[in-house]
Amino acid sequence: MRGVAKAFGACVANRDVTIRVERGTVHAVVGENGAGKSTCMKMLYGLYRPDCGEILIHGKARAWRSPRDAIAAGLGMVHQHFMLAGPYTGLDNIILGDEPSQGFWRWLPAAWRPIDRSQARRRLQELMAAYHLQVDLDVPVETLPVGVQQRLEILKLLYRGVDILILDEPTAVLTPQEVDEFFTNLCRLKDQGKTIIVITHKLGEVLRYADDVTVLRRGATVAERPVAGMTAPELAELMVGRVVHLQVAPPPSPKLGAEQLRLAKVTMGQRGEKPKLADLSLVVRSGEIVGIAGIEGNGQSDLLRLLLDPGRYLHRASLGQRITAKGEINVLGRDVSSFRAKALRALGLGVVPEDRCQQGLLLSQSLWTNFLLGVQRMPRFGRFGFIRRRQVTSALAAAIKAFDVRPADQQQIASGLSGGNQQKLIIAREFIGDPRLFICAQPTRGVDVGSIEFIHQRILDARAGGTAVLLISSALEEVMALADRILVFYDGKIVQEFRRGEADEAKIGHFMGGGSRGDD
Amino acid sequence: MGEHLLDLAAATLRLATPLLLAAMGGLLSERSGIINLALEGKMLVGAFAAAVVTLATGSPWLGLAGGSLAGILLAALYGVAVLPLKANQIVAATGINMLAAGIPPFVAKILYDVTGSTPSIELAHRFVVFPMGLALVAPVALWWVLGKTRAGLRLNFAGEHPEALAAAGVSVARVRWTALLAAGALAGSGGASLSIFLSSAYSRNMSSGRGFMALAALILGKWRPLPTLFACLFFAVADAVQIRLQGLEIAGLGKVPVQFIQILPYVLTIIVLAGFVGKSRAPKALGEPL
Amino acid sequence: MIKSRSKDAIWRALRPVIAASVGLLVGVAFTAMAGEQPWNVLRVILKGAFGSTYDLGLTLFYTTPIILTGLAVALPIKAGLFNIGAEGQLNMGALAVAAVGILCPQVPQPWNILLAGTAGFAAGAFWGSIPGWLKAYRGSHEVITTIMLNFIAAGLTGWAVLALLPSLDSQNPESARIAPSYLLQHFSWFGDAPVTWALPMAVAAAIVVWVLFRFTIPGFKLTATGLSPEAAQVSGISVRFQQWLALTLGGGLAGLVGVAEVMGNSGRFRIGFSPDYGFIGIPVALLARAHPLGLVFSALLFGALQKGTAELDLETTYVTRDLAAMIQAMVVLAVSAEGGLTLWRRHRLAAKSMQPTRVKD
Repeated sequence: MRGVAKAFGACVANRDVTIRVERGTVHAVVGENGAGKSTCMKMLYGLYRPDCGEILIHGKARAWRSPRDAIAAGLGMVHQHFMLAGPYTGLDNIILGDEPSQGFWRWLPAAWRPIDRSQARRRLQELMAAYHLQVDLDVPVETLPVGVQQRLEILKLLYRGVDILILDEPTAVLTPQEVDEFFTNLCRLKDQGKTIIVITHKLGEVLRYADDVTVLRRGATVAERPVAGMTAPELAELMVGRVVHLQVAPPPSPKLGAEQLRLAKVTMGQRGEKPKLADLSLVVRSGEIVGIAGIEGNGQSDLLRLLLDPGRYLHRASLGQRITAKGEINVLGRDVSSFRAKALRALGLGVVPEDRCQQGLLLSQSLWTNFLLGVQRMPRFGRFGFIRRRQVTSALAAAIKAFDVRPADQQQIASGLSGGNQQKLIIAREFIGDPRLFICAQPTRGVDVGSIEFIHQRILDARAGGTAVLLISSALEEVMALADRILVFYDGKIVQEFRRGEADEAKIGHFMGGGSRGDD
Repeated sequence: MGEHLLDLAAATLRLATPLLLAAMGGLLSERSGIINLALEGKMLVGAFAAAVVTLATGSPWLGLAGGSLAGILLAALYGVAVLPLKANQIVAATGINMLAAGIPPFVAKILYDVTGSTPSIELAHRFVVFPMGLALVAPVALWWVLGKTRAGLRLNFAGEHPEALAAAGVSVARVRWTALLAAGALAGSGGASLSIFLSSAYSRNMSSGRGFMALAALILGKWRPLPTLFACLFFAVADAVQIRLQGLEIAGLGKVPVQFIQILPYVLTIIVLAGFVGKSRAPKALGEPL
Repeated sequence: MIKSRSKDAIWRALRPVIAASVGLLVGVAFTAMAGEQPWNVLRVILKGAFGSTYDLGLTLFYTTPIILTGLAVALPIKAGLFNIGAEGQLNMGALAVAAVGILCPQVPQPWNILLAGTAGFAAGAFWGSIPGWLKAYRGSHEVITTIMLNFIAAGLTGWAVLALLPSLDSQNPESARIAPSYLLQHFSWFGDAPVTWALPMAVAAAIVVWVLFRFTIPGFKLTATGLSPEAAQVSGISVRFQQWLALTLGGGLAGLVGVAEVMGNSGRFRIGFSPDYGFIGIPVALLARAHPLGLVFSALLFGALQKGTAELDLETTYVTRDLAAMIQAMVVLAVSAEGGLTLWRRHRLAAKSMQPTRVKD
């Protein structure tokens, strides 16, 4: 039975996308980055207009001029980055745009009437009960954990009577426990007759929870299948168009050398608040990869910040620095507790930051200029304060060749590169000085599958060459594939350590979510 | 002594009037996400327009209306640059301030053939109390609108998370325009209070930095109406005291130079900005074009 | 791809021309309000600026400090900051130059000139370092702090001149004369116009700034800070230090105006000598898109405007030199909005090349 069907013709970013969704099912839409998933969904929910083709809801062709129209027709979307304003309450966030008010005020123009919050509260309580989605409506949204915020987003749609929910990468920021909870909620919604479309690149989840899947590649639909009976490699192959090795072959045992990074009893936080890092100790030696596994937001960013500028936090270097830290940090054998960012980087380590666009690149500048960023202090590239242009050019040319950065034009603006090529450029740059310590955070986030393989191989090559690698990643598969030792981060502490192969995803996930040794 | 204090209190309230009105205007536009460094310019044209209209009509009420209108017009120009044209808000605001500094002398020359102050306005045609009352009511009114009405909620979101507002189907541009024009009206009234309430004519660069002090008060008041009210009073006290301190003698050091006392309000502003930024939380989308 | 890039380059070069023209034309059109003929006004301005060697000399005289304040605004812009405090910085610089010239008459040439110039730079740099520190280490918005410091500088220099360096031979609000050995020679080619070595000095400053940004590592660090403070910080650049440095250097450049004014023109510190040079620096820098060499031409344009409009008081009934302020303002607005024009143009291009179109914009 046809519940919902959408078909687009030859359109812009999407060439020929056809998605058919049955009413009351969970339908997954998968594809690589750049395959057109987001664009297609944005057309569906009213932000973009399809240039051709049509959208059919319950058999009727619809066209909308704004997300509001789509919602009125019963279709709404929960974005990957939530549309919630932090300091305002859940209640306010939900009712925005459709705030109820008492009839008494009808004489005022619509936008100026005072809000009747109790009316909204009553209705929301009904909804929360009906769908088992409990949320505290009266605290600032920013104090709520991510899983709860997501429930708020769903409530936002239910409040407006949406029947078809589109969820964009819903599990990207959830712990494995929250993921289970999330899918339970999904099933409940399904039972109540809602239709759910999930955009995701997590093949494992698709196989577990979806009824049907549509695969997009390069802006077109390449497959529409029921999920039953499919396997992950099959799905990956459909996504990429060729056979993909989802797992790199396990490398030989590490040949360990000297300590390159040591943290001893490091605590970091703001006075009066819970510490962001608590009593942290870790060691990374030459020739090994230490992976930090954990859901984002459990202190990894803080750890990175601390490592990049220890003096700022350890020695309270400037007035008004409210976050302070205690403990010992040794990098490349030296005590860096008084080192500021400049001095630390001068030691010669390689760093790939979490957010390459904001922290690793000057997006509006050429590859040439970007190559200089971070290596400008090396005597090779600068003498008496002047830039040695020829050296930069030749080093960049070599790097582009070695890392297969495309397009290979040195004057190309960085923002024009794909995520994978941007990341390769950054890694090439960081490897220039042949660093003995390499810290990389989220190295393959937003990177196409082909480049992922390449980057993983390079990291393993560095390890073989004796570099000490600290890998921070929220992609558990990546950590499990690369790391010799896995440190599980939760709430700013290392809660467990595993050697390669000692534990499976479920066990690690258990600790990532805050579980303890006792409740196995 | 009590008499002095009462005197001081009255002077404080009077001096706070232009600051308050401008600060409330700034509050509205900044809460909606638009930086408003052009308050100074709007005050200046407001002061000039009010003086001109009052001179022509003899009615301070019309003068006040004229001042507001001038503020609105300038705000509209700023809005055109910043909203559809997506100009850099700081640069555009500086341009507006420069324009506002040049228009009054230009027009004054045409109307009155003077390049300094406009002709004096007699007492009967000036305000004795009204703007002060307006200035004190404004924060309360804003507090109610921002906290209790739909428009207020949407304005808050426009400054904090405009994408969410857009997703909810509300036109962010419309909200920001409304806020910006209202800010222009308020700042213009603040300027009007300078020329037809606090003094008797428009003089060159009359606002002398008050538009910026209003912003500092706004930052000090964490972008909330009632705390900003107190911040403005704080600045006004400094201003009131400054006038009384001129000619002061410090034992052993002699007379304190008048310039040192005159710069007190500006020094205070800097101290405020140095001490309290970081604790306060600006609307998150402030300054980001949609 | 290549075609659009060269088209882009043409557009980029044209933009300042368009902005300047818009500013000029709109400003002059305002004069119609005053009952004047806009073309007549324009003619007066052009004749006033370039009519004779004397006029040209005065134009160059105005251009000199405007180059310096333009640089004072442009350098911080590269680092992502907006320096509106050039007016206060140049006042402090001028005060320092005057003080050296009055208090140290014994220093022999050419050391005395270098001393005075250094003092001017240092005083301006000091005045710029205050908002620099406030911004970098306290997060205070530099626009407000620099404006406040302008007022404070006016007060302080006003007091200092009258209390510490008072004029002995006139009743005007000005300082005593500096020692004759400090005075710069006028170039005779321009008649009586005070064109001195200060002009080449200003141009040299522009060249130094250009070299700094194009060829050196410190310049790269400033640029990176302006483009993306986060990325710069991660790469080991101390963003706070760069921000402080940018405003300090900018202040120093503005301080050099003291050399042009005190040593090259009046021989003393006259209170209020600056016809808002500090503020004129803003449209100058914006028009040149903060490019140090382009800035020299931009400064020439505004110098011409400054000289040209001076005649308006005499040649027209109602239009005064305030028109210059209005034209400057229109240029600033035009430049700020041109960013929007670029966006609009890109939007059109995008539509042609088939990007998804937004439903409502």
